[in-house]
Amino acid sequence: MCSILGIVNENRKRLSAKYIVEGISLMNDRCNGLGGGFAAYGLYPEYKDYYALHILLKDFELKDQVAEMLKDYVNIYKDEEIETRNVERISQDYIPWRFFVDVPERYTSDADNYIIDLAMKINNTGGALVISSGKNMGVFKAIGYPDEVARLYKLENYKAYMWLAHGRYPTNTRGWWGGAHPFSILDYSIVHNGEITSYGTNKRFLESYGYKCSYFTDSEVLAYLWDLLVRRHKLPIELASEVLAPPFWEQIERMPPEKRRIIEALRMTYGPAMVNGPFGIVIANGSGLTGTAGNGTMVGLSDRIKLRPLICARKNGTTFMASEESAIKAVCKNPDNVWAPHAGKPTVAMVNGDV
Amino acid sequence: MRIVANYKHYKELNEEIFQAVQAGVAELTLEDVNGQRFIADCLKGKLNIDIYGTPGNDLGMFMDGPTVTVFGNAQDGVGNTMSSGKIIIHGDGRDILGHSMRGGKIFVRGDVGYRVGIHMKTYKSNVPIIVAGGRAGDFLGEYMAGGIIIVLGIHNRAKKAEILGDWVATGQHGGAIYVRGDVDESKLGNGASQFRVTADDEITIKKVLKEYCQVFGLDLEGLLDAEFTKIAPLSHRPYAALYTCE
Repeated sequence: MCSILGIVNENRKRLSAKYIVEGISLMNDRCNGLGGGFAAYGLYPEYKDYYALHILLKDFELKDQVAEMLKDYVNIYKDEEIETRNVERISQDYIPWRFFVDVPERYTSDADNYIIDLAMKINNTGGALVISSGKNMGVFKAIGYPDEVARLYKLENYKAYMWLAHGRYPTNTRGWWGGAHPFSILDYSIVHNGEITSYGTNKRFLESYGYKCSYFTDSEVLAYLWDLLVRRHKLPIELASEVLAPPFWEQIERMPPEKRRIIEALRMTYGPAMVNGPFGIVIANGSGLTGTAGNGTMVGLSDRIKLRPLICARKNGTTFMASEESAIKAVCKNPDNVWAPHAGKPTVAMVNGDV
Repeated sequence: MRIVANYKHYKELNEEIFQAVQAGVAELTLEDVNGQRFIADCLKGKLNIDIYGTPGNDLGMFMDGPTVTVFGNAQDGVGNTMSSGKIIIHGDGRDILGHSMRGGKIFVRGDVGYRVGIHMKTYKSNVPIIVAGGRAGDFLGEYMAGGIIIVLGIHNRAKKAEILGDWVATGQHGGAIYVRGDVDESKLGNGASQFRVTADDEITIKKVLKEYCQVFGLDLEGLLDAEFTKIAPLSHRPYAALYTCE
C-alpha cells in the first residue's frame, strides 16, 4: 500500500500545489490517513542561498531552545512559524517552524556535511525534528490524508518546479508526524511505498558514516543512502540504483566483462547498502548530481523484482512518476508518453535536460 | 446505458453498475473512468462493458461471463481470479494481469507487466487464456498450473530478447506459454523448459489468435508467419522435494 507521486518541470516552471494534491488524492485508497506529506523545490527563491530548515517542535517552548542551539552553529537569517490552519481530523501534535540559516565562513568548505551534522544533533535532542534542510526547498508532513495535510499547511500558497507527495499506510511502525514521508536530508527527499527488511543492516552501515536514524521507520534509510552514494561518494545515478537494487548474481554472470566488473565491485563495496524487500520510490534532488548539468533530478526506482508499482509519464517538459497511472491522468489527461519502467532500473528526469 | 465515472469513488461507481445490471441492463458504457478499482468484479452472465479511461486495480476480479473492453491502459491485477468472460485491453496491461485466473480470456493489444498469469489454473473445460500483443515483464507465468499464455512481441520483434523478461515460468507445473519467435534459454526460470510446438499446439495457437485478430483488426496470417516456441513444465511438482518429505 502507500501512494507516491512526483511531478517535475524540467524548465523550472513553478507549478501550484493543486496538481500534486489532486494527483495524490486520487490514490487515497492506498493509504489510511495515518501520514501524508509533500516536498517542494523552488519554494523560496528569495532566500535561495540559505539552508531552509523545516523543524517540527513538540511544544512552543522548544522553539527558543532550538534557536539557541542553532545560534551556536549557524547564522539565522530569518525564522518564522510555518503557517497552518485547523483541519478537523488533524491534531496539531507539532508546531512547524522554518529557519533560514547560513554556515559560518570558516565551515563553508564543508557546509553540506556541517548542516547534516547539525540536523542530526537537533533530531537527537528530543522533541524537535528537522524534516528538511536543503536550499530553496522544504518538506511539509503530518498525520492525515495527503489532501488534509495540504490543507493544514496551506499548500495553495506555494509554488514549486518539483513536487513529491506521499500517502502513508503504516505497517510496521506507528503513524506519527515524523514518520510521514517524504524523508529529506539536504536537497534530497524521498517517498517510498514498500518495506525495507534490510533496515537493520542499512542502519548500521549508515551509522558507520555518521548518519543517525531517528524516525522509527524503515524508509528513512533511503534518504541517507542516496545522500551517501550520490552526494558524498559521487556515484552516477545509474550505479547508485544498482547498489540499492542490485541485479541477481545469475544476471551478473551474463553481463559483458567490463559491466560485470563494475557491478561486482559495487556489490562488494556496498553490500550492506542493498535495500531488501519491496519498494517503489521517487527521489528528488534540488541542486544537481554528479555528471548532470547541476540543476536537479527526479529519480523513480523500484526493487529489482518489481514488488511495488511505478508508472511514469511525460508531457511538454513535465515528468510524472506515480504508483498508479490514474494519479497522473488526474492532472495530465493526455500525456505524450506513458511507460512502466524496468524493475531495478532508474527513470531519471533532469531539470533543464532530457529524461 | 452510459455512466460517467468522472471523480466518483469506486464504491459509488460499482454500486451504480451493479444496480444497472440488476435492472437488466446488458450494455454499459463507462466514460471518464480514472483509477476506480474493482470494476466488473463478481459480475455474472452476458454483459458488455466498454470502459473509456484508465480503470483502477483489480478490473474484472472474480468475473464470470461478461465482456469488458478497455479503450486505454489498465492498471495492476486485471482479471484476478476470474472464472469466465473476456477482458480486452486496447492499450497496455500492467503487473499481475490474470493473477490466479480460472477461465476466460484476457486480450491485450500492447505490453504487459510483471508476474502476468501468476498461478493460472485449468479446471476441466475451463482453460484461462492470456494474449499479449507486445512484450511481457519478468516472472511471466510464475507458478503457472494451467491455461495458455501467448506473447506476440508485435512491436518488439526486432529486439527478440526483449519480448520476454527474466525468470519466465519459474515454478511452472502446468499449462503452456507460447512465444512468437525464439526464446533464450537464460530467460527461463526453474522448473520450465522450451519445446518445439506440436501440431496440437499450432491448432490451439491459431484458434486463439484468430479471435485475437478479430478483436483488434489484425492480420492473422502475418502473426502466424513465424515460429512459435513453447514453454512448459519439466515436472508436475517442481518443488516436491522442497516442501514435502517423501
